[in-house]
Amino acid sequence: MAAVLQTIGAASAALSGGSFPDHSSKLSVSSIHSLPVIRSDARPNLSSIHGSFRAGKLISKAVATKVENSATSAASKPGHELLLFEALREGLEEEMERDPRVCVMGEDVGHYGGSYKVTKDLAPKFGDLRVLDTPIAENSFTGMGIGAAMTGLRPVIEGMNMGFLLLAFNQISDNCGMLHYTSGGQFTIPAVIRGPGGVGRQLGAEHSQRLESYFQSIPGIQMVACSTPYNAKGLMKAAIRSENPVVLFEHVLLYNLKERIPDEEYVLSLEEAEMVRPGEHVTILTYSRMRYHVMQAVKTLVNKGYDPEVIDIRSLKPFDLYTIGNSVKKTHRVLIVEECMRTGGIGASLTAAINENFHDYLDAPIICLSSQDVPTPYAGTLEEWTVVQPPQIVTAVEQLCQ
Amino acid sequence: MALSTHRSTATLLRHLKATTTTTIPFLRNLSTNSTSTITVETSVPFTGHKIDPPSRSVETTPQELMSFFRDMALMRRKEIAADSLYKAKLIRGFCHLYDGQEAVAVGMEAAITKKDCIITAYRDHCIFLGRGGTLLESFAELMGRKDGCSKGKGGSMHFYKKEGGFYGGHGIVGAQIPLGCGLAFSQKYKNEENVTFTLYGDGAANQGQLFEALNMAALWDLPAILVCENNHYGMGTAEWRAAKSPAYYKRGDYVPGLKVDGMDALAVKQACSFAKEHALKNGPIILEMDTYRYHGHSMSDPGSTYRTRDEISGVRQERDPIERVRKLLLLHDIANEKELKDIEKEVRKEVDEAIAKAKESPLPEPSELFINVYVKGYGAESFGADRKEVRAVLP
Repeated sequence: MAAVLQTIGAASAALSGGSFPDHSSKLSVSSIHSLPVIRSDARPNLSSIHGSFRAGKLISKAVATKVENSATSAASKPGHELLLFEALREGLEEEMERDPRVCVMGEDVGHYGGSYKVTKDLAPKFGDLRVLDTPIAENSFTGMGIGAAMTGLRPVIEGMNMGFLLLAFNQISDNCGMLHYTSGGQFTIPAVIRGPGGVGRQLGAEHSQRLESYFQSIPGIQMVACSTPYNAKGLMKAAIRSENPVVLFEHVLLYNLKERIPDEEYVLSLEEAEMVRPGEHVTILTYSRMRYHVMQAVKTLVNKGYDPEVIDIRSLKPFDLYTIGNSVKKTHRVLIVEECMRTGGIGASLTAAINENFHDYLDAPIICLSSQDVPTPYAGTLEEWTVVQPPQIVTAVEQLCQ
Repeated sequence: MALSTHRSTATLLRHLKATTTTTIPFLRNLSTNSTSTITVETSVPFTGHKIDPPSRSVETTPQELMSFFRDMALMRRKEIAADSLYKAKLIRGFCHLYDGQEAVAVGMEAAITKKDCIITAYRDHCIFLGRGGTLLESFAELMGRKDGCSKGKGGSMHFYKKEGGFYGGHGIVGAQIPLGCGLAFSQKYKNEENVTFTLYGDGAANQGQLFEALNMAALWDLPAILVCENNHYGMGTAEWRAAKSPAYYKRGDYVPGLKVDGMDALAVKQACSFAKEHALKNGPIILEMDTYRYHGHSMSDPGSTYRTRDEISGVRQERDPIERVRKLLLLHDIANEKELKDIEKEVRKEVDEAIAKAKESPLPEPSELFINVYVKGYGAESFGADRKEVRAVLP
């Protein structure tokens, strides 16, 4: 018990930005309220913390505006630079030009240009029927998109916020996911359901939901989460071209990421994970916004002498167990960092999948860092604590690697 | 009125109830290939909401009437056979029977082509047959065999026939209504001159999805025709106990509606062709088919706890769709009693044969469990910017 509290103490003190405390100091009452983020058998990791930590500037709100590999000089590199929402738009536009059956429907996608500007300028170009402004009726317009998909159209259905798609859960589960099966293969549903989800900046509980965990059990759909402009465009194109229904999870805070992407056309695979940083000591599996928290933590870890391997799993359903497995076989330690809820989240499923398939290769139990099982609070500090922060990742890796 | 014939005395002994008025006396014509038109008046006039209802006089041919009779007899026989199969435990789960409502299926088919789409809820056996489904496919699907229309994986509530323009077959009440609007959207998108008939029941008429879909269909002038098959009972709850306003054809408010006698196949046909014309020009329209089901909601519902047996037998005597067509056929001397009985026997034989064949059909293979979850071959191939082909291999 004491060991767990001390680990909490480390995490909470780090969050407040102060210097790192002596680990044997008494904990204030307030820090106990920061919740235990390491839930597996948290063994005390006293020796490695003490004395080797550099109290550098720890960023508590980790939204990177630049990805590592775009740091080099812009002028001479090929390709063009753009923001993530522009990458999504480019992918969508290219697919709409390529195939007249592709259409978009959602709230404010047409004349308004999309609440996150993903469909900006598409309506004047393609017309009101192909970029359809729907009334606020998620259940019905999702159903409408699926009905259109049954006849061969390829709709891209936008939920203004992923949380609103809960209203359309019946349509997504029964008609989107299962129709191909219950019709004995007669109908395919090549629909793409996309929208931003995740914890934003103090948006409140209902607008900060992570629906990956709810949708992951639906048979028949594929789920992908994009995290960089490069993979956003590639996944958008792949999702539109896929014959299966795909749910594309974007994140509210990642829309303004800037990156240089190739000029040529490219499509990514929907079932593949992305190797962000190869390493030897520990496998860190993550997706969406948490990728950036992980990469920040990695900076600290590298300074401490660790060599983590970071994989952005991208494909939430099905998991890319090939890439993940190869990584586990190499490093023998797994840390999952996700923004999903702890109970029944993607991390929980991934933990189960890895345990089932790669149990013999694991040297330590899998640690899964996920958001707390609470509705996302409005207050900024509370919201920070709901989500996994880089210092917690650092501590977890240290625990795992000892 | 007696017609002079050269045929058997049986015709002279027939009682001809003047239930309809005909304007053209004609010589008895045994052949059903006759295309001479008969004008029949529907039993009840149409009632319109924000629209002028079509005329009561329906034009039909002897051939069409005979096909109505045969198709409805086939559907009736099929449903009764399904009843016995269910009781013999060859059909499991839910089985919602359509007997009593056949006129809707048959009348609708007569007014449209296979390019028009029909989508309905779980009471879909007869509509499937109308759209071109075979008896074998339907019995095999009900019994969960490989030869079923959905390969045995759908069941009673999931009949589909893509080539026939039949989009199912849906279990969740009301969920097919937005799908139907999507079908209509697609027809508009592709500039096809076709319409979609979205069928739902009086129970589903209280779903929010209906009104959301109506709003969208009216907003964009989609060629959607929403047909409320009002059999007056939403499972066990009578319509007056579930809906504040049981005038379902009026509930579209800004969408015009038409109330039709759903037990009269000719009235249904007239209404559907009227609706098709309207939808192609002006957008959605609601049709309320006043119909009745003899069985309970499903096989697990006896159907007599919320309504009296007198009511059921009363409707059967006065409004039965097959009897109505039979009377018309006899009245216009298109067929005599014996011929009609022969047709019924033939139909019964056909159904029995189909059941026998379906029973022989094998159960699906175990590998079938995982087929059709996804379309074969996941997603797209991946090409990185350096053109290297990468493909995921799943364990």
